[in-house]
Amino acid sequence: MDLSDQALVEKIKAADYQAFEALVNRYEGKVYRLAMRMLRNQEDAEDALQETFLQVYRGLNGFEGRSTFSTWLFRLATNVCLMKIRHRGTEPAHLLPLEEYLPRHEEGEHPQIQEWPDKPEEVLLSKESRQKMLEALDRLPAEYRAVFILRDIEGLSNAEAGEALGISMAAVKSRLHRARLTLRGMLSGYFERIGS
Amino acid sequence: MKCKEILEKLSEYIDGELDPELCQDLERHMEDCHPCLVFVNTLKKTISLYKYAGSEPLPKEVHLRLHDYLKKKCQGC
Repeated sequence: MDLSDQALVEKIKAADYQAFEALVNRYEGKVYRLAMRMLRNQEDAEDALQETFLQVYRGLNGFEGRSTFSTWLFRLATNVCLMKIRHRGTEPAHLLPLEEYLPRHEEGEHPQIQEWPDKPEEVLLSKESRQKMLEALDRLPAEYRAVFILRDIEGLSNAEAGEALGISMAAVKSRLHRARLTLRGMLSGYFERIGS
Repeated sequence: MKCKEILEKLSEYIDGELDPELCQDLERHMEDCHPCLVFVNTLKKTISLYKYAGSEPLPKEVHLRLHDYLKKKCQGC
């Protein structure tokens, strides 16, 4: 039977290195995906992955279990990625004007919006569409991108994402909403075209 | 409810966090407003596409290098 995260943490604190390897095996894929989406570069993502788990090992004695292990891990991983991004200094600093990605509401008229193709996700996800999606995600400022990845890709709750990022739940919800609307807006031209 | 007010509430609606009364207002609006219905459907699709695309496995060599790295680094911890 698989041990819980907390049980593995206790074993690691008692110097059981195999328990640490089990915990790494459990979460390495999630941390790597987070880093790939935050950093868009395999080499940087691998660096971030290694650095995160080294910080886990070194910091585990200070982990008191006030949050779950996974939330704590995501906090470390997100901070490692954000630090790397800050060092790069080439990130978009502000969210692109949301208004550009919203339907135009003329007085008393409904906006013109086209449907996207009515096909399942696995059919819509071609190499080209995946590339468009990654490019769109990359154009979000890092703080918005992190919220979207944690909430909508990794499935954390508002409270967990807030804890991982050190921001309030209200800030999580606001950033998530803007990130979603902006991504939809950036992708709509592409998906409308392949649907027409 | 106007279209612009709907836009502000859509994430809460999708996440099931909207007050039931507002939820009904929003759904009533969408029965008569096709563009808002399309907007919410494409917003949901955006989220599900990212979720679906986000499940690729960790490359084997990255896994092996991670474990080697940690073994070396952690022995001295």
